[in-house]
Amino acid sequence: MPSLPDMNTPDVAELARGAAAASRATEVPTPDAGQEAFFEALLRIGDSTLILGHRVSEWCGHSPALEEDIALANVALDLIGQTQMWLGLAGEVEGKGRSADDLAYLRDAWDFRNLLIVERPNGDFGHTLMRQFLFDAYHLELLKALAGSSDPRVAEIAVKAAKEVAYHLERSSDLVIRLGDGTDESHRRMQAALEALWPYTGEMFLSDEKDAEAAAAGRIADPASLRPAWERTVRDVLGAATLTIPEGAFAHKGGKRGVHTEHLGYILADMQFLQRAYPGATW
Amino acid sequence: MYAQLVSTDGLKKPEEMTPEERAFQERIDRGEKIEPKEWMPEGYRKTLIRQIGQHAHSEIVGQLPEGNWITRAPTLERKAILLAKVQDEAGHGLYLYCAAETLGVSRDELMELLHKGKMKYSSIFNYPTLTWADMGAVGWLVDGAAIMNQVPLQRTSFGPYSRAMIRICKEESFHQRQGYAIMMKMASGTPAQKAMAQDALNRLWYPSLMMFGPSDKDSVHSAQSMAWKIKMNTNDELRQKFVDQTVPQAEYLGLTVPDPNLKWNEEKGGYDFSEPDWSEFFDVIAGNGPCNKDRLGARVKAWDDGAWFREGLVAHAEKAAARKAPVAAE
Repeated sequence: MPSLPDMNTPDVAELARGAAAASRATEVPTPDAGQEAFFEALLRIGDSTLILGHRVSEWCGHSPALEEDIALANVALDLIGQTQMWLGLAGEVEGKGRSADDLAYLRDAWDFRNLLIVERPNGDFGHTLMRQFLFDAYHLELLKALAGSSDPRVAEIAVKAAKEVAYHLERSSDLVIRLGDGTDESHRRMQAALEALWPYTGEMFLSDEKDAEAAAAGRIADPASLRPAWERTVRDVLGAATLTIPEGAFAHKGGKRGVHTEHLGYILADMQFLQRAYPGATW
Repeated sequence: MYAQLVSTDGLKKPEEMTPEERAFQERIDRGEKIEPKEWMPEGYRKTLIRQIGQHAHSEIVGQLPEGNWITRAPTLERKAILLAKVQDEAGHGLYLYCAAETLGVSRDELMELLHKGKMKYSSIFNYPTLTWADMGAVGWLVDGAAIMNQVPLQRTSFGPYSRAMIRICKEESFHQRQGYAIMMKMASGTPAQKAMAQDALNRLWYPSLMMFGPSDKDSVHSAQSMAWKIKMNTNDELRQKFVDQTVPQAEYLGLTVPDPNLKWNEEKGGYDFSEPDWSEFFDVIAGNGPCNKDRLGARVKAWDDGAWFREGLVAHAEKAAARKAPVAAE
């Protein structure tokens, strides 16, 4: 093993000071900092629909009933269509000529801004439905708020998507209720799914400075403002499903900053394979 | 085809028929449609159940080879198109199971027969999809071959089957075009893409020819099915038609059909071509194709893993009904 130079505390502190000074020196103020927060906010929406659409599409051909196979494919198709709109707009706002496909297929995990809940593995069908329900309830509130965005492009996409997502929520709520209040086994599975996914719901409502900036411009809803309506829906549906809401308030987070679970890398390895293996080819 | 090797007993001559059977045959000869509640010979019902059931199974097992590439589709648009296409196959399965149900067999019974290996699905779905070009070649060749058979079946004698075919054919012709569009993109793309397209054609050409079933001279007895208008053309007729249609399409793509004996025959007005290796076909039918175990295994797993889900829904429906029902008088 090659020997490494000694590294002790004063050295590290010195290096850090040097790096900080260098970064201050090269920092160029962005021409429109608001655009950057807007771009970031659009990625947070579009990446979540992209990754959830991908996960849901994994079921195609493997669902427990033909009707479910068809319905889930519809949900995935809606989410992919919404992704094309959100990431298309993100590319436009960024202004570097990147298309929705460039953003989906040519970024690595640390540049993805989706919520962690959508990259969680599908698990059993109940787990998939519970993830869908918890997300749909948030997604619909988000889109209802975005329909009033100060940016007409955002409002237009939100209005269109909200119609689709209202149906997603209707369907996932209905199935969560039926399975929660079905057999002992279906109840047990749905409760287990709820407990596994609950710690991933808090991230939906955390606001950081980028959210605040986009919200201040009236372009994007403040995530925290969506919580009360989401809680009402979730309480009503889970109550009807005879399921018990977990008590813990702990929230896993990081997705919105690009710090993901181990699962996202594998999703991207699948999803981006052809674009990475044959750079520049058109399909 | 999607229903291969569906055999019937020998063809009955008019003098061997009962008066009911004769009247039934006359209706078919006049081009009338037979509807589920009308009288039909037991053999007609049985043959149709086997044929429609096999066709339905082919649709849902047929989701798997293309489903294999949904998560790896190269653009968002391609992913949406492929997903919509595979979803259509599930929809076709649904129409066909419903058509079979009108003959007195439930979807669950048919599923069970599939899972136990007592009913077949088309041999083609036991071949793997190895590259993205296979998504093009499956749409172009496999859906193309399916259309060859299904277009005439729109005129089949059993009403529900005929109506299902009319809907299915509309979607299949869109599927074939999307497959060909992928092939055009690949064949005019980079050298690697073109090589991928040629490789897909090389692997899928003969299995596609096998879809029509063995040559008429070696085929199981199909005269009765033809008389009943359950089968509309012979295997060889359809195969010839498919080759004649497909070869110019391959030429347009600049791809080579992997058959050194392929040659236009002016006299017959069609191509001469090599027969597929029928021993391979019978191996695949017997369960020894490259993917038989995986395909059937995936179907059985989906069904078994979903049992709790289906039972949960039934239990909820019963509880809900009990809550609504008035309390019985003591």
